[in-house]
Amino acid sequence: MTFVLLAEQVLNGLQFGVMLFLMAAGLTLIFGVMGLINLAHGSLYMVGAFAAAATAAATGSFLLALAASLAAAAAAGALMELMVIRRLYARDHLDQVLATFALILIFSEGTRWLFGSFPLYLDIPDALSGPISLPFGIDYPRYRLAIIGIGLVVAFAMYLLITRTRIGIQIRAGEEDREMIAALGVDISKLYTIVFALGAALAGFAGALIGAIQSVQVGMGEPVLILAFVVIVIGGIGSVKGALVGSILVGLTDTLGRALLPVAFATFMEPSAATSLGASLASMAIYILMAAVLILRPRGLYGAA
Amino acid sequence: MTLKTLIGAAALTALATVAQADVKVGMITTLSGGGAGLGMDVRDGFMLALKQSGRDDIEVIIEDDQRKPDVAVQIADRMIQAEDVDVLTGIIWSNLAMAVVPSATAQGKFYLSPNAGPSALAGKGCHPLYFNVAWQNDNLHEAAGAYANSAGYANSFILAPNYPAGQDALTGYKRFYEGDLAGEIYTKLGQTDYAAEIAQIRASGADSVFFFLPGGMGISFLKQYADAGVDIPVVGPAFSFDQGILQAVGDAALGVVNTSQWSKDLDNPTNAAFVESFEAEYGRLPSLYASQGFDTANLLISAVAAADVSDAAAFQAALEAANFDSTRGDFAFGPNHHPIQDIYVREVIKEGEIYTNKVIGIGLEDHADAYAAECQM
Repeated sequence: MTFVLLAEQVLNGLQFGVMLFLMAAGLTLIFGVMGLINLAHGSLYMVGAFAAAATAAATGSFLLALAASLAAAAAAGALMELMVIRRLYARDHLDQVLATFALILIFSEGTRWLFGSFPLYLDIPDALSGPISLPFGIDYPRYRLAIIGIGLVVAFAMYLLITRTRIGIQIRAGEEDREMIAALGVDISKLYTIVFALGAALAGFAGALIGAIQSVQVGMGEPVLILAFVVIVIGGIGSVKGALVGSILVGLTDTLGRALLPVAFATFMEPSAATSLGASLASMAIYILMAAVLILRPRGLYGAA
Repeated sequence: MTLKTLIGAAALTALATVAQADVKVGMITTLSGGGAGLGMDVRDGFMLALKQSGRDDIEVIIEDDQRKPDVAVQIADRMIQAEDVDVLTGIIWSNLAMAVVPSATAQGKFYLSPNAGPSALAGKGCHPLYFNVAWQNDNLHEAAGAYANSAGYANSFILAPNYPAGQDALTGYKRFYEGDLAGEIYTKLGQTDYAAEIAQIRASGADSVFFFLPGGMGISFLKQYADAGVDIPVVGPAFSFDQGILQAVGDAALGVVNTSQWSKDLDNPTNAAFVESFEAEYGRLPSLYASQGFDTANLLISAVAAADVSDAAAFQAALEAANFDSTRGDFAFGPNHHPIQDIYVREVIKEGEIYTNKVIGIGLEDHADAYAAECQM
């Protein structure tokens, strides 16, 4: 394995991690502030991707498509919170899981009803297509590099929002003690709607960004949702910083595992067995990572004690 | 179940109450979730053939298996025990077929497969009542291997998902391909990001890439492959290039060579009429899955016309005769009830605004599967 290949794989891992962060940040905020397990978070990712694909097909503009994904997912999230989620805060987690699972089915079949069963087309903008030459002779797709940049900007913006703004103070207070900040006169139901819409918008944004290099189809959100849950468990539930660290860890582990494990096994096994064993072990790698983190820190890396 | 199916089912039930059907067909197929496009194409092709035949003695009950083996088994049990169907059909996925077919045929029901063709059902597990109208799973991959030889490729990089059909795919390719392997990767089933694999392909020095990544996996792979700027030619089976997903891949698929037993532009009157009537009926171009559904129904109709389904031996003989006009032109069953047919090499082109395939040659002529010899009926 050459240095160039390894460097490229590290970039790939970083890009994957940054993408997961956009999903996990919303999920962990919603869980941290409202104590709600939202299985339908993946549906918001799908809503964002479909909104972007439909807008791009109608207008041809990728920027408008991104704006549409933010707006559509935030609107879908706010509506979801007002109509369904609001009734679930006081219920136990099993009720929340059941209700939000129902939402997954409703969103999936609703999307199929609107857009049909066949995948939609969403392409990356011309300005970002093709590879770019980096130092040390690395050729890397421009678009993936842009995703890394955008993800890090969003992470920094989230940091500013949470540490420097009034709403950030309310969010942090909400995580600490829900009853108390309600007693202090903060309109808690409005705060919940805002946080939910914010998390939804991030998920939708991720869906649109990723939709351009993957397939925009019904059910695209669920595999990502599972990984996002792994991320927030590793990072510590409720911690945005934990979500960032967890996402990058998961992204790197998954990508490097896929690239390196089969090669590592091939040094002492016959190639075909190494390929299949390496592939099987690579697909378990992030769960092994999660188990290891939980053994050392049962509440995750940055979880509240 | 979608509204359309509901209406369709309701209309069929209404139809059935008017004319008492002689042959009852249970169709178990995937109509919701990620793989729904495939099931809908099979269903629509099947129903189109029935409609064109004008027969009112064949009743079809359609159920959605949600791509879940347990659901498919439940539906099959209900159809066999409560609805007393004569013939089962419709399953898309090999793992579902393995869960349903052996028990259905053991209970004396005919099964006509419009898609899945796992090797286990073609070799030792073959059955007199089981017919595959599409292909044995390995077939299209074998043709891809044969094409790679003729194109002069000598150093292929091959990848497929890590599940039985994925392993069959790489086995099938290697059975015919004579060159060296630059690399061999099993990806996760349902994986959507292929950056790590594409980096390895770029670094491997391969002169060709063979991949089997059906549905959404193929869309993701092709888009990312094109974006990474790797210019090694790609070969694959038709599953990643069918009419339903090509529009979602876009330019990234242009010029890619793929293998299929059917193509929209196959020059025979049955196919021309099928493509035209399918487009008129459903407002979209047919895929290979639709052609398989259409052929399955026409095979059934030909058998119903020749024999009574209650006489199993006669009905089996009528099916074996395969006395119908296939959209593929020549069509015959081998001794294990799997097709002997030409596998074509196609290239993705753009016709106006629509991405579609054009036949550029024959990969394997009158090709039968490798498992027929193991089948003892």
